Amino acid sequence: MTIDMRQFFQVFFDETEELLAEMEKLLLSINLAAPDEEELNAIFRAAHSIKGGAGTFGITDLTDITHELETLLDLIRKGEMGLTAKHVDAFLEAKDILKMQLDGHRLHTPVNQETVTACRCRLQALAHFAGAQPSQRIANQSTSSSPAGTRRLTIALPSMPPSELESLSLELATLGMLTRSSQLDGKPVLTLDTTSTIDDVAAICMFLVDPKEMLITEDNQHIPGAAETDAGFGFFEPMNVDQLAGSPLLAAHELATEKAREQAQGYGFFAPFTTFVAPEAPAVIHHDAPEVAADMRSAANRREPERATASSESTSIRVSIEKVDQLINLVGELVITQAMLEQRTDKLDPMLHERLLNSVTQLTRNTRDLQEAVMSIRMMPMDYVFSRFPRMVRDLAGKLGKKVEFVTIGAATELDKGLIERIIDPLTHLVRNSIDHGIELPAQRAAAGKNETGRLSLSASHQGGNIVIEVTDDGGGLSRERILGKAVESGLPVSDAMPDAEVWQLIFAPGFTTAEEVTDISGRGVGMDVVKRNIGSLGGSVDIRSAAGFGTTISISLPLTLAILDGMSVRVGEEIYILPLGYVIESLQPEVIDVKGISGQGRVIKVRGEYLPLIALHEIFGITPQHQNPSDGIVVILESDGRKAALFVDDLVGQQQVVVKNLESNYRKVAGISGATILGDGGVSLIVDVSTLIRSSQRLADETLFSS
Amino acid sequence: MTKTVLAVDDSASLRQMVAFSLRAAGYLVTEAVDGQDGLEKARTQIFDLVLTDQNMPRLDGLALIRALRALSTYQKVPILMLTTESSDEMKLKGKAAGANGWLVKPFDPQRLIEVVKKVIG
Repeated sequence: MTIDMRQFFQVFFDETEELLAEMEKLLLSINLAAPDEEELNAIFRAAHSIKGGAGTFGITDLTDITHELETLLDLIRKGEMGLTAKHVDAFLEAKDILKMQLDGHRLHTPVNQETVTACRCRLQALAHFAGAQPSQRIANQSTSSSPAGTRRLTIALPSMPPSELESLSLELATLGMLTRSSQLDGKPVLTLDTTSTIDDVAAICMFLVDPKEMLITEDNQHIPGAAETDAGFGFFEPMNVDQLAGSPLLAAHELATEKAREQAQGYGFFAPFTTFVAPEAPAVIHHDAPEVAADMRSAANRREPERATASSESTSIRVSIEKVDQLINLVGELVITQAMLEQRTDKLDPMLHERLLNSVTQLTRNTRDLQEAVMSIRMMPMDYVFSRFPRMVRDLAGKLGKKVEFVTIGAATELDKGLIERIIDPLTHLVRNSIDHGIELPAQRAAAGKNETGRLSLSASHQGGNIVIEVTDDGGGLSRERILGKAVESGLPVSDAMPDAEVWQLIFAPGFTTAEEVTDISGRGVGMDVVKRNIGSLGGSVDIRSAAGFGTTISISLPLTLAILDGMSVRVGEEIYILPLGYVIESLQPEVIDVKGISGQGRVIKVRGEYLPLIALHEIFGITPQHQNPSDGIVVILESDGRKAALFVDDLVGQQQVVVKNLESNYRKVAGISGATILGDGGVSLIVDVSTLIRSSQRLADETLFSS
Repeated sequence: MTKTVLAVDDSASLRQMVAFSLRAAGYLVTEAVDGQDGLEKARTQIFDLVLTDQNMPRLDGLALIRALRALSTYQKVPILMLTTESSDEMKLKGKAAGANGWLVKPFDPQRLIEVVKKVIG
């Protein structure tokens, strides 16, 4: 019978990815001064599990790095080596390498072998750099996963200057007994009796010798007498631990036999299995070494994880996003059908058709519940996005020499999957900006009387039908003078009297940057305008609050989902258009006197002392309207990106939730239209792209207003 | 009667591999995600064999073996450790805790079935 191991690969890949993410999370949160034992254990366990799985499933390239990781982590968790920032850096690097290797297997992305080797050497070097500790002890520990005992290694080296050979010999001598045994055609050959593995020795040699030019071989024979030091361990049927300790030579012999057997088959039994039928046998096993057992119990108790984390047994299933989208689409259709049914039955006499009408009401309620439930499938916690940042913040802060404390709030807040993926880039930009331009250098902060460590927070919360995501730093804040100065330089229309909110909006202008120096992190001037555009395309808006010396908050407001929208339906001529409710401020019937035409370039309307550009919807879409004069119809005041405009329509029809149908995938992109929906009567209605509408009208209106 | 095996491992892939292989060989396998889970499952049913990983959260393999041996129902049930650590020290610890044998990871399914057959037939 053969068992195809490949069927477990996907589980292994997913599992490894989760373990790596977990490892990174733990590494980022670890307290260098006093690392939590349980956290160290968890990191060790992650490395250990990956190594075990990789070995079993034949994905051997993952085992190299995990082996080194495990070795180092074992030293650290046993308290034989202090945890330093260097270690954490190396571990994080190792995590990245493992991820790269994993992706190589899973997604067939390229794997840079040089970085793999470099990382491995770095870890090995760290394992050997054990400070004042006797290296013999360290070497012993580092081989704990291979059979203990001294081995004889023969190291064939290329020709090298005597001074280098001397320093290499000195290094190697710390691992055990070193003899310069012979010279093969002028090339030095060293013999080392050591408890270290070939890899460990190779790691040391690597500093002076090209690995390709040297050859390290192990003499298979155990060095006589050496095994004695390790004896006292080993337990085979005929003897118990006490006996072993008393007769080291015999034990060593047994050990060797056992080793040979184990090497051959990879398993062993502590007693013949006939004992399972013999009732007294287990008792013997049980009382083997009570002291040792007690010792171990206390040791295990110390280390035993007391984490109350729930069992990781998964109660979720993986479903492809297409299936979910299809489901959402079908529910969308159902909502439309239900709306149709509701509209048709509306005209029926409630007295005559009471039961039918009750059923329709019931259907309406059920449909709404179903729709909500289905939409929630697509919802993902913001943690999906937030969890990417701790590492980035750490790396960036390190690069810039800044101290940053990173906090996330509301990571459990849910957002549509489609949105969540598209919010990552803009958020990354904002976080980079905050660290690069916002938070000051420690010295600057201290001089300003602030804590040297800056605080950067990412928060998410629901506000009405929107989700609000905020990036807040306690840095220097935006400089009004610099922004205005820069704006004047760039020829933007500004005045000193502009309110702060409008000044801050200037940083969204394309190519705008106030950074004195362009760094490789940010300040290249491609940024805020892209952020703004991306957020805008998601139907959201960006808002800035800032106080000089106290920091900046950038607030992004997004609709919860792209699939459903609260809309206001308006009528122009025979057509019904939908305006997303989020843009609508108010609607009013203007007085004739409030509407003014300016030098043939368009009309403005005065609303509460403010002149707003007047956009006639029928002119934009070329429709014959019912009313030509704004004072006969209705104007709807819209706001987008902090700018307002008045939209002239014939009539307001009502407010309703609409299921958004993508126009591009069903027809093609139409300027001024962001999508379509099907109305209750089965008719199609277009959704107006309000932000584009206002943007295009604004230019016109600005020119008009400034020239007058 | 079909023999029952309890497979304890926090790594889902390894656990599934073990379970799949043994099921294919005709055993009835129950999976447990860590030592604690394994102990709870062992309390509700007496298995013919327990296979356990060593490094696990909540309750590690050695602690599980000790806990099982403390139960009157698990005095005679064979327990094997599946471990990456093949050092003598680990074996001694395993024996002291009450394990009956070990199997070094990585192992292939055939090897596992072979060993399990040796123990419970």
